[in-house]
Amino acid sequence: MKRRKVDLKALPAKAGNEVEDRLGVATPLRGILNKVFPDHWSFLLGEIALFSFIVLLLTGTFLTFFFEPSMKEVIYDGSYTPLRGVHMSAAYASTLDISFDVRGGLVMRQMHHWAALVFMAAIVVHMLRIFFTGAFRKPRELNWIIGSLLFWIGFLAGFTGYSIPDDGLSGTGLRIASAIMLSIPVIGTWVTSSIFNGEFPGDIIISRFFIAHVLLIPALLVALISVHVGLVFKQKHTQWPGPGRTNTNVVGERMFPRYAIKQAGFFLAVFGVIAVLGGVLQINPIWLFGPYEAAVVSAASQPDWYVMFLDGSTRLMPAWEINIPIGNGYVIPPIFWPTVVLPGILVMLSTAYPFVEARMNRDNKIHNLLQRPRDVPQRTAVGAMAIAFFLVLVLSGGNDVIADKFHISLNAMTWAGRIGLLILPPIAYYVTYRICLGLQQHDREVLAHGVETGIIRRAPDGRFYEVHQPLSEDHEELEYVGWVVPKKMNRLGALGPAIKGFFRPLERPAEAPVSPGHPPVEPAPERREITAERREIESKK
Amino acid sequence: MSLQNGSNGTQHRVPAEIDYDDPRTTRFEKVRAAAREDGVEIVHYEPQFPPKGSRVERRLTRTVSSLFLLSGLFATAFVVIYIVWPWQWDPGDTWERFYTPLLGLTLGLSLLCIAIGVLSWGKKLLPREVSIQDRHDGGAPESDRRAVGTTLGYMVDELGVKRRPLLGLSLAAGLAPVAALAAAPLIGGLIKNPHANNQMFVTGWAPIKGADGSTRLVRLTREDGTPIRPADVSTGGQMTVFPGIPGGASNAHADSPTLLIHLRPDDAQVARANNLKGTGKDDLDRSGYMYGDFIAYSKICTHAGCPASLYEQQTNRLLCPCHQSQFLITDNAKPIFGPASRALPQLPLGVDEEGYLVAKSDFQATVGPDFWERP
Repeated sequence: MKRRKVDLKALPAKAGNEVEDRLGVATPLRGILNKVFPDHWSFLLGEIALFSFIVLLLTGTFLTFFFEPSMKEVIYDGSYTPLRGVHMSAAYASTLDISFDVRGGLVMRQMHHWAALVFMAAIVVHMLRIFFTGAFRKPRELNWIIGSLLFWIGFLAGFTGYSIPDDGLSGTGLRIASAIMLSIPVIGTWVTSSIFNGEFPGDIIISRFFIAHVLLIPALLVALISVHVGLVFKQKHTQWPGPGRTNTNVVGERMFPRYAIKQAGFFLAVFGVIAVLGGVLQINPIWLFGPYEAAVVSAASQPDWYVMFLDGSTRLMPAWEINIPIGNGYVIPPIFWPTVVLPGILVMLSTAYPFVEARMNRDNKIHNLLQRPRDVPQRTAVGAMAIAFFLVLVLSGGNDVIADKFHISLNAMTWAGRIGLLILPPIAYYVTYRICLGLQQHDREVLAHGVETGIIRRAPDGRFYEVHQPLSEDHEELEYVGWVVPKKMNRLGALGPAIKGFFRPLERPAEAPVSPGHPPVEPAPERREITAERREIESKK
Repeated sequence: MSLQNGSNGTQHRVPAEIDYDDPRTTRFEKVRAAAREDGVEIVHYEPQFPPKGSRVERRLTRTVSSLFLLSGLFATAFVVIYIVWPWQWDPGDTWERFYTPLLGLTLGLSLLCIAIGVLSWGKKLLPREVSIQDRHDGGAPESDRRAVGTTLGYMVDELGVKRRPLLGLSLAAGLAPVAALAAAPLIGGLIKNPHANNQMFVTGWAPIKGADGSTRLVRLTREDGTPIRPADVSTGGQMTVFPGIPGGASNAHADSPTLLIHLRPDDAQVARANNLKGTGKDDLDRSGYMYGDFIAYSKICTHAGCPASLYEQQTNRLLCPCHQSQFLITDNAKPIFGPASRALPQLPLGVDEEGYLVAKSDFQATVGPDFWERP
């Protein structure tokens, strides 16, 4: 028998050719391998959201194997003895089973909850980064809108998620949600009874929320996230200004291998942190809340953090009821304004912002270079105003806890929130605007006169003055290019780089700068390993 | 190493057409030429450890590989703990308490070890590079835009809706009902009349009509269904009561929970006087709603439907913990602070022939959160 020789070395090339003949992927693959990504830590905030979403999908799929989305009444007979014999819905009983009778179920449940909190937090922080650096400008307005929609869809995903265990806290949340729906003028009662299939709570809302939570909303999230990331890919990432970086190029690293490896490591890090959180920090201990009963509530029942701002706005709203005296009379209840109108306004504001700013600046250009927040004081101040508004609402969402812990009158907390909501945002605007101008001015000062050295000299006439280290060789004023201006001597290399090594140095430290008045601006001396000398000595022996 | 040839920004001469079989061109030159095909210029490419096997490099390699091994160790620990650790809930067992934290820790540390290993591999061992790629913003050139525009315009003309307007009209008129057809079963199945059985205005306290036309008043009961005598609630005390009907304490009657309060005599005096005065916002006659010093209000907050259940005995205020609406018990449960705009409905109390507390009728005001068509 004759054995055919297999040329192992040629095998990958041969296999590659066979694939290419059939699928024709070589050219796009080359493009992907060569794609350049700019690097900055702030570009990774959105990734945290993406990665925690993946963790959400993984842990959520596990939970569906055990969760029973039913409001059928059962008598609990699981291993958590304090609740044995209690009447409850099958949904709540199966959530208890996940926590106590499924091996490793509790850590999965808690990871799922923590991942949701991290997901929403990453979305918000990522959105702030985009806003403050002007990354939403043309051509990226569409992606900004998709991103802000993702916040609200994530909000719904979170709300439906913590509603379906049917524990005491989630039932209270559902009741408030039904009140919010009821408050909508004209169609409120119809919307509510259609969603709850009759009067609150009905017997089907958990099943409906369940399918929304595990199918409809995730499908929407997956679709929008794909478009979101696809657009970043297509439009190429923005970059900070700097040497060689222009509006028409991308300076960074190619996607493979270094960039991709760093992303993979980052994913695992996010996953790992969520796993530790889910294991070590207890969250949503539903067995302590008991099943939902319409007559039972406890003080300090707060929603998840991303819902708290709406809770806060509801608490601060004065009891302004609008009566329309036609026929039997119609009512617009006060809860309508902070829970339906306010979110509506917020969605509209964030959607319209890129276009409003472009219009005000008469700006139709394409922008691929980011702006430092200080260079656009108006925008930065508007952002600070929004943050102040949001923070007052979030704190008001927990004002009963603050009042309790710090022994403040509850009513005083509410009034402080009402007043704070009106006066803190303008103050934040003014303060931020002034800080931006101050930072701008300092940048220009350093570019014109140099870095402060901390060296005070005395002139022959008795005057004292500080020595400045000019940034340019011929003491000329430099132009601001939109990037960090070195303001400390060590940023100029005057102090030498940090020494490598964690517990003990791996390198000999560079010579410290010597005479004052002659700050060494020449490049730091070549690094040498400590052991190099030892090796030389040894080799001489 | 061959990779260093093109490093440090020194422009190395690379032939325009690269010959992939030419043994004289280095591999890096081929990679670089491939990158140029995509408009990517590798301007700086610098291995972090030019001399092979330096001490720092060996140390880093050791660190990364020990991280990978450590990760495997934690993963094994996870599996072992998952299988052998006591995990069933048992309040007497201290070991069981650590089951979930240990799973989270071992899983997390295992992942973090790979993460840090992979990250240091990528950041510290792989060559540093700076590449520049052109953006090609602003879309296709003018000629392409014109081409697409013309093709689209021609397509519309080809359909000939302008020439044959009837086609367009019939399309709009005929297919609109088809859209409704698609929407009808989706939405229609969900729609539910909110006013069926007058459900927005009726609670479990409505007197029960017997088959012979007689009506029976509903007793106030505890959660377990036992009826209540006035003597069961001490002065200044309060109790959550439910309608004494089948399932009266269940969530099927989520609008029925009521707070029964035994006021102190002088507070009861004030409350009775205020009952006669009314709230000023409605024209309900509340005289006779109280039974002795007993008064009962719906527990369902008129703001968002939470149970307004924190009763401050000294100030006679009722606080809803959800949004902090406060109601004054001695004044028709009028809202005195917070976002609620409407008084809590009051339940007319009486006593039946056996001496148990009953509701003389259903609530006369609408229970629960407000809505558009509330009269």
